[in-house]
Amino acid sequence: MAAVRVEAVLAAAEEQEAEKRRSITVEKELELEFDLGNLLALDRNPPPAAALRGAGPRREALLQSLARDNTQLLVCRLWELPAERAGGAGGPLVARLPEPAFRLPREKPPPRPRPPTRWEQFARLKGIRRRKKTSLVWDEQAKEWRRRWGYRRAGGDPARAWVAEVPAGADPEEDQFARLRREKRERVARNELNRLRNLARAHRAGSAAPAAPLHPTGHQDRDELRRVARVARVSTASLGRFQPRLPKEPAEPPSRSGGKKRRFEPLLGNLAAERSRQLELLRDMGSKKPVLDITRAVNKQMRQEEAEAAAAHKGKKQSQRGKRGRRQQRPGRSGKKSGARRQQQQKPAGGGAGRRKKA
Amino acid sequence: MTHVVCVLQYAVKKPFAVLYKKKNITRPFEDQTSLEFFSKKSDCSLFLFGSHNKKRPNNLIIGSRMFDYHVLDMIELGVEKFVSLKDVKNSKCPEGTKPMLIFAGDMFDVNEEYRRLKSLLIDFFRGPTVPSIRLAGLEYVLHFTAVDGKIYMRSYKVLLKKSGCKIPRIELEEMGPSLDLVMRRTHLASDDLYKLSLKQPKALKPKKKKNISHDVFGTTYGRIHMQKQDLSKLQTRKMKGLKKRPAEKLAEDDGAEDGGATPKKSKPA
Repeated sequence: MAAVRVEAVLAAAEEQEAEKRRSITVEKELELEFDLGNLLALDRNPPPAAALRGAGPRREALLQSLARDNTQLLVCRLWELPAERAGGAGGPLVARLPEPAFRLPREKPPPRPRPPTRWEQFARLKGIRRRKKTSLVWDEQAKEWRRRWGYRRAGGDPARAWVAEVPAGADPEEDQFARLRREKRERVARNELNRLRNLARAHRAGSAAPAAPLHPTGHQDRDELRRVARVARVSTASLGRFQPRLPKEPAEPPSRSGGKKRRFEPLLGNLAAERSRQLELLRDMGSKKPVLDITRAVNKQMRQEEAEAAAAHKGKKQSQRGKRGRRQQRPGRSGKKSGARRQQQQKPAGGGAGRRKKA
Repeated sequence: MTHVVCVLQYAVKKPFAVLYKKKNITRPFEDQTSLEFFSKKSDCSLFLFGSHNKKRPNNLIIGSRMFDYHVLDMIELGVEKFVSLKDVKNSKCPEGTKPMLIFAGDMFDVNEEYRRLKSLLIDFFRGPTVPSIRLAGLEYVLHFTAVDGKIYMRSYKVLLKKSGCKIPRIELEEMGPSLDLVMRRTHLASDDLYKLSLKQPKALKPKKKKNISHDVFGTTYGRIHMQKQDLSKLQTRKMKGLKKRPAEKLAEDDGAEDGGATPKKSKPA
């Protein structure tokens, strides 16, 4: 008897629970898709087309019931979000929304990455990679590990610099401390100037106004003025051959065309050269293999490899001696000069050979 | 009628909308420069243009813009039935509430044009993106149903009724503008242009946290990196009973010394 009563009580309780749940559950064939960041719900179930075709209040009632079901589901989801009471215990219940997931097109294009600075271009060309520096440096005088820069840095103790030697060729009356301070100030100022120039270059590249090369205020930088001046000079009928130059303007390097608009070979010139040129042309046209300039290809490949290696090494730990170290260890070869000379020697040869073939 | 619709949408979207009252005779589908000029002037990227001709009665054009004020998508809809805010005599919700958007119907997924229309409508009607929202303030819901080539837009006010448990039961009350729309012409951007417009810069992408992984069941696993530990020197709880007594300590030391000292002792003997 007691068992029956207990069962009855449990069944009644379950019935009550189900009743409560029933008021907020909604039966749907397909689950809805939710984007709570946008308060969005997408229902993929095909609506009852036949019922909605009939006009009038019945359609409105159907639409309303459909809307009610969908809204109930959306609200259930929203209530499941983590909620807190804003403004203390008595404030309103506020739910934290996630990021909107539905991808909508942007209004403006995303900002372009900034162009590389002068040093970055140079480093990429040379294949110089960043070396990770240790944050602590051993200080001999203090006999401990100190920071590289900042509070109590290694070698930054002002009491240490109590003497400043007069260098060999300097004026003995000059204040050396003042000179050191002045030089530091100049270094800082130059650094700042370069930083601002890099910023200006990046900003200019970002806005990209090549159509208006001349500023109304007259603040031009050197390269732009030179470029514009050259274009103006060459845009005469005689291609700039008779244009006067300013007193201090350097002479223009002799252009390849020599001021002529087109270049023609003499009619009755070197018959043998003409014959060999035509035969080479026919051979190149008829050959299946592509024409390759070895030296130029090798140079290009080497430079590309260096640039790739330097770019790939960004942020990775690597040994001190890279390609540059190996290059420096070879006797009598410093990276810059001989490399440039090597490329210079090969380039005109390659250029000459190429030109001959083309003409 | 379209004029009223325009005014209405403006009312719905205030204060983020600009209403141009003068009648401008332009044909957006032929010439887009005037639209671009207007958008540049008012720095808006979504527009709604209403017109009425004999050929296209009660026309409404919804469009959205992209990079540097060039038209991306334009969809022309015809308004068949329209009930304005004033016609429905019910209480309204305050201006500027973020509406809940619901799209019903499989057409919104299947058909490409409908998909673009869906994204346009979402862009149009969603309010500003907020990090958190007051649960009691969810009052406004816009419901779009796509059936039979028609789109029914209805707006309802949400009433939260008590149910037995925490989540309230929803009752809806018809409020606000309702439109019956028919899709007419479309001018959609090409797919790759659309993809380009969806690109997000790297800064906006969510950052991945390292050393955290998730299970299929939802369990979160973390990974800790430690140095090698000498387990014999591990600091565990002090158990007084296990402490070495002085006698034992001496015995241990003697044992160690004996082992080392035996070769020395044997010599004088």
